[in-house]
Amino acid sequence: MRDKTEYMVVEFSKATMMFGIIALSFIAVGLFSFITLEHEGHWLTGMNNQIVWGLPHVFAIFLIIAASGILNIASISSVFNIKIYKSLGRLSALLAICLLTGGLIVLVLDLGRPDRLVVAMTTFNFKSIFAWNIFLYSGFMAVIALYLWMMFEARYNKFVTKVGTFAFIWRVTLTTGTGSIFAFLVAKDGYGTLMAPLFIALSLLLGTAIFYKILFWMDKGLGVSLGSEIISRFRKLLIYFIFTVFYLTILTHLTSLYVTKNHGFEIFLLFSQNIYTFLFWFCQIGIGTLLPLIILYNKKLSESSFGVLLASILVIFGSFAMLYTIIISAQAYPLDLFPGYSENSSFYDGAISSYMPSIYELMLGLGGFGISAAIYIFAIMVLDFTPRYLDDEHTLGQNNKEKSITE
Amino acid sequence: MKKYEIKLNRRDFLKNSSMVGMATIAPGVFFQELAHGRALDEPASAKKRWGMLINTNQCTDECDACVTACNEEHGIEDFGRPTTDTQWIRKLKLTHDTSGETINVPMMCQHCENPPCVDVCPTGASFVRADGIVLVNKHTCIGCRYCMMSCPYKARSFVHENLENQLPHAPRGKGCVESCTLCVHKIDNGENTTACAEACSKDGQQAILFGDLKDPKSEISKQLKKYETKEVRSDLGLNTAVRYRGI
Repeated sequence: MRDKTEYMVVEFSKATMMFGIIALSFIAVGLFSFITLEHEGHWLTGMNNQIVWGLPHVFAIFLIIAASGILNIASISSVFNIKIYKSLGRLSALLAICLLTGGLIVLVLDLGRPDRLVVAMTTFNFKSIFAWNIFLYSGFMAVIALYLWMMFEARYNKFVTKVGTFAFIWRVTLTTGTGSIFAFLVAKDGYGTLMAPLFIALSLLLGTAIFYKILFWMDKGLGVSLGSEIISRFRKLLIYFIFTVFYLTILTHLTSLYVTKNHGFEIFLLFSQNIYTFLFWFCQIGIGTLLPLIILYNKKLSESSFGVLLASILVIFGSFAMLYTIIISAQAYPLDLFPGYSENSSFYDGAISSYMPSIYELMLGLGGFGISAAIYIFAIMVLDFTPRYLDDEHTLGQNNKEKSITE
Repeated sequence: MKKYEIKLNRRDFLKNSSMVGMATIAPGVFFQELAHGRALDEPASAKKRWGMLINTNQCTDECDACVTACNEEHGIEDFGRPTTDTQWIRKLKLTHDTSGETINVPMMCQHCENPPCVDVCPTGASFVRADGIVLVNKHTCIGCRYCMMSCPYKARSFVHENLENQLPHAPRGKGCVESCTLCVHKIDNGENTTACAEACSKDGQQAILFGDLKDPKSEISKQLKKYETKEVRSDLGLNTAVRYRGI
């Protein structure tokens, strides 16, 4: 069925200029960090031989899973046939490309040898989930490019459902791959196979929250006024996904607590006085889960676009804290090489490792955000990704019209 | 003056001279056959599996000969930043939770038969050589550190610093991951020992025994048959080439 939505190419304005300046300054900061680290070495970061993956990986994984999650908005329309989201399909696919590119660039620039990217792209060990992820990420780009083509070209609109379904399957596989990076580590008590479904749920939540932030910016900055129907739909999506992530988080920890040998790690994470306990309870559960739910169930706030925006921002913050907790805490907790003995060495065996991210890591991560934002702003200014109207009259009108046709 | 007559016919001369010749050449040929390293173009053989047996009963508190020797052998510098400084071998001090008994355990790459680091390496830079030595190909390591995440023995280090004056036999560089090579350069030269084992035998307590696990006549094989030994984290089923006594 042909897409009847009216799209626009965004023109240069104060809002786009501000967006662009922020994006470019983030890129500049990221580039400076990359050049410095490349020249001096990773000792300038907070990462070390104990905490080998740090803040850049949190940023990268945040962006990568947000990319797969943000495509969900297009999938809801193409795969699950809910027409109200149809006008957001192009934007959803574009944002997926933007976020994935930003995430991958952070990941690559943090490598010890980023100059060997060609090696990573040409030499594969197929037993490694990392190698599979290289295919999943690059394939995702290709599938979305095809998806966008089908959406843009009126003649091919009829293929959108098929290509969208394929893209949906691909994105679920991609997030499974990302989660499995942590599922396949035999040595660490803090990771497990539940990481894959947890990451899928988190991607849906994060993607929805980031998409809503963009919609809010479009409303205020570009004058694409948001109708109450869209706001209400996003509110409901946020609620579903917050509960899903919350449920899987509880399941992950209860499953882990059932295994006696994992008690040490769970107590360290959940019931100790350290940064991870704080991040888990205060930032992830408090700010990222309960507070957004309170806002989204508050009668007054939940109906306003600002209320849903606030909930989205809190969810984004909570998701970042969650990824930080998952990725770092399991590395900070010591390996138990000799059960029944306490261990001590010059290499910090038996000790809880401390990690303080350096400014260079933060700058590198912000660079990734900058790249995502720059691609987005450039793309909407050259191609018609942005729907002209998102008010109730248009969104509901189209919805009802199509409903009556199908009926 | 008495004259000596040499009674030597042609047959005896040929016989004797060929015997002298053989006696001169044979040891060279024979011992060279025993001691020679592999030619550069000859691949490592799966007929061997190099490994170590570490007797923790003989490893003492104050001695760190193995660590010092390893650092000297491979040019591993101390940058004064202990969290990022490279360590290929370290000494763990274990204290039993109930008895308080202490044990010293030299710990390095355990050269697993099924190494998790090799499984997870995206480019295949981490690999197991035919003779069981786990190595990092410094040309294809991209420095992603996934192998460090996966190693159950925390045996790998990432080079965080700019390095200078590296040793020709120990190619090391910033941005790559590295770990104990079981002194592969010595093995390939036919020395069949490691710096740590040599130092332990010379300056230490003879706690480290190096050898071919597949050769039933080797000292290490004999001791593995004679004494009860253990793999660290044997529950993971990795079949390590480094075994321990006394833990």
